[in-house]
Amino acid sequence: MTDARVEVRDLEKRYPVQKSVFRSAKDFIHAVDGINFKIDPGKSLGLVGESGCGKTTTGRMLVKLLEVTGGEVLLQDSGEIIDISHITDKDDLRRFRSDVQMIFQDPFESMNPRRTVYDTIAEPLTVQRIGTVPDREAKVAELLNLVGLTPAESFMFRFPHELSGGQRQRVAIARALIVDPTFVVADEPTSMLDVSIRISVMDLMLKLAERLNVSYLYITHDLAVARYMCDRIAVMYLGKIVELAPTEQLLTNPMHPYTKALLSAVPVPDPTYNRPPVEIKGGISKSINPEPRCRFYDRCPMAREDICGVNDHPPLEEKAPDHWVACYLVDKQPA
Amino acid sequence: MTTPLISDATGGLKTGDTLLEVENLIMRYKTKQGYVSAVEDVSFVLHKGEALGLVGESGCGKTSIALSLLRLQADNGKILGGEIRLGGENLVALSEDDMRKRRWQDISMVFQGAMNSWNPVYRIGDQIKEALDLHWPTKLNRAETRQRIGDLFALVGLPSDAQDRFPHEFSGGMRQRATIAMALSCNPQVIIADEPTTALDVIVQDQILKELKKIQADLDMSIIYISHDIAVIAEVTDRMGVMYAGKMVEFGATSDIFSAPRHPYAWLLLSSTPSIVGPRRQLAPLEGEPPNLLDPPSGCRFNPRCPFATDQCRVEEPPLQDIGDGHQVACWNYEEVPVGITAGGVV
Repeated sequence: MTDARVEVRDLEKRYPVQKSVFRSAKDFIHAVDGINFKIDPGKSLGLVGESGCGKTTTGRMLVKLLEVTGGEVLLQDSGEIIDISHITDKDDLRRFRSDVQMIFQDPFESMNPRRTVYDTIAEPLTVQRIGTVPDREAKVAELLNLVGLTPAESFMFRFPHELSGGQRQRVAIARALIVDPTFVVADEPTSMLDVSIRISVMDLMLKLAERLNVSYLYITHDLAVARYMCDRIAVMYLGKIVELAPTEQLLTNPMHPYTKALLSAVPVPDPTYNRPPVEIKGGISKSINPEPRCRFYDRCPMAREDICGVNDHPPLEEKAPDHWVACYLVDKQPA
Repeated sequence: MTTPLISDATGGLKTGDTLLEVENLIMRYKTKQGYVSAVEDVSFVLHKGEALGLVGESGCGKTSIALSLLRLQADNGKILGGEIRLGGENLVALSEDDMRKRRWQDISMVFQGAMNSWNPVYRIGDQIKEALDLHWPTKLNRAETRQRIGDLFALVGLPSDAQDRFPHEFSGGMRQRATIAMALSCNPQVIIADEPTTALDVIVQDQILKELKKIQADLDMSIIYISHDIAVIAEVTDRMGVMYAGKMVEFGATSDIFSAPRHPYAWLLLSSTPSIVGPRRQLAPLEGEPPNLLDPPSGCRFNPRCPFATDQCRVEEPPLQDIGDGHQVACWNYEEVPVGITAGGVV
């Protein structure tokens, strides 16, 4: 591991499909099927793809809400490297919990309606027994100011129902940041918010990333949002990363046929703009015991039976400088 | 099956003729705290063969307008003023029985999230049959019903035999296609599509929007699109209205509004929408929160959040005025709004 803050190696999540109580499972859903990426300190990686592609599963494994079934997640903590998928040591677990935090999609469901803003934000401190009560209050007030809920005293003892969606999501951000994490997984944090409020929450997250040097894994289905938020974007399809590149590079020069289809399907807020046709076939294929061939084979407009149909899913290769693509038919571009 | 797919119920209206007129519509919900003014003095015209968009954020009244058009608003919602004229007839004045006959035959709706409201234990075809049994002018026999549903399915890009399947056998996109087929089942003159693609992935969304556009062109259908997503509105509509806090604040040709929005809210809405096309720009945040409609601010409802607000805006409500070419704006200071800002944000 170099100086990346987070590195994911061959990460895998398989769910057994139980057909009978008396027999062990023979079939597995390959939700996440061996993915690799790195996120540098203070940088953000956008994980985009359609529903069911495994992006949320990936995020949840990174915060240990789901157990991994293969591969490893390495986290750099002040020079030391912890494999967070296989933590056995109690101290490591504690460090992990203050290093890694998550922001959830739905600000209306991710908060206990019977607890005040203070209780919600201070909970990580209480659980981890950090500081005294006055310390915690001061810290909560500081964070409320940081996320723009001012004056802090007027928000501290409110209940979630007294807050708007945008304010709740700010509370969720404050809760994630109170333990000074170095890495935050944000799963569609703005998709439930109205456009006008969305921008201020996104701007807040960008500002905090810069100021606190936090790394983000930003999970979204919205490529325009990913563009605004992320330094790099990884496109997932059926449990695999099919393309990974710096944001503008990916948008202007997509190489994988799936990325091309995805980009051409995004509506553009300009009535004079004519999108290119979306070149994709059929519906999404199954992820139960996938066939040993390219995952995108059934839907790919340029698939070749003699190459894509007989070989296993192509590896993610660097086809241009820092531009990684998993496709047999994309040629390496000269540097 | 003698009834053609293309209905002639519009009394020989030609493309571009006025089909539906909404005039000074007022709809409020009665609550314990008082009246919530959900739709306040809204007027617009829908032409035959036209796609009209209503855009705005949650709570701005766009769905309330749609429900009012069908007179399907919640029990505590009341149309307190204005007229809705379809082919010259005022729907607001109709008795409930007469209104029921107009629903689905004259105006139908693709409800928000309807693709998830199929009854899981009945076949899709049987559920569409229910709409035909209730609203089709004559009684159809079994074979006619199957034929009709098969035709509708062909129209929305589903195989005819899919009507024998259950909802769980359909993907999200297929369920939404079936929902659209059901809305089309009785040859309506107007379809209201409330967030028709919101829960769908972009590739499926693209397919459904293309399908709707094709149906609109083939049947010379009038569609009202309701969406919070201005990119979708930009792609599918000819004219659009921007709503804020129950008021229509800007109305006009979609291309005019996108090239030069005149209302500060519309301008900020476009400026705060990210796009994957064009240079990456800093987006303009919109400060504050939408007003409480139990007690809307005096004067212009947008004034507390408006960067161009003056004393006049805080007292006097601006009327929706025509500023040329059918472009209407409800703002005292629309000339102050910078020109040359496109979606994607402030340069």
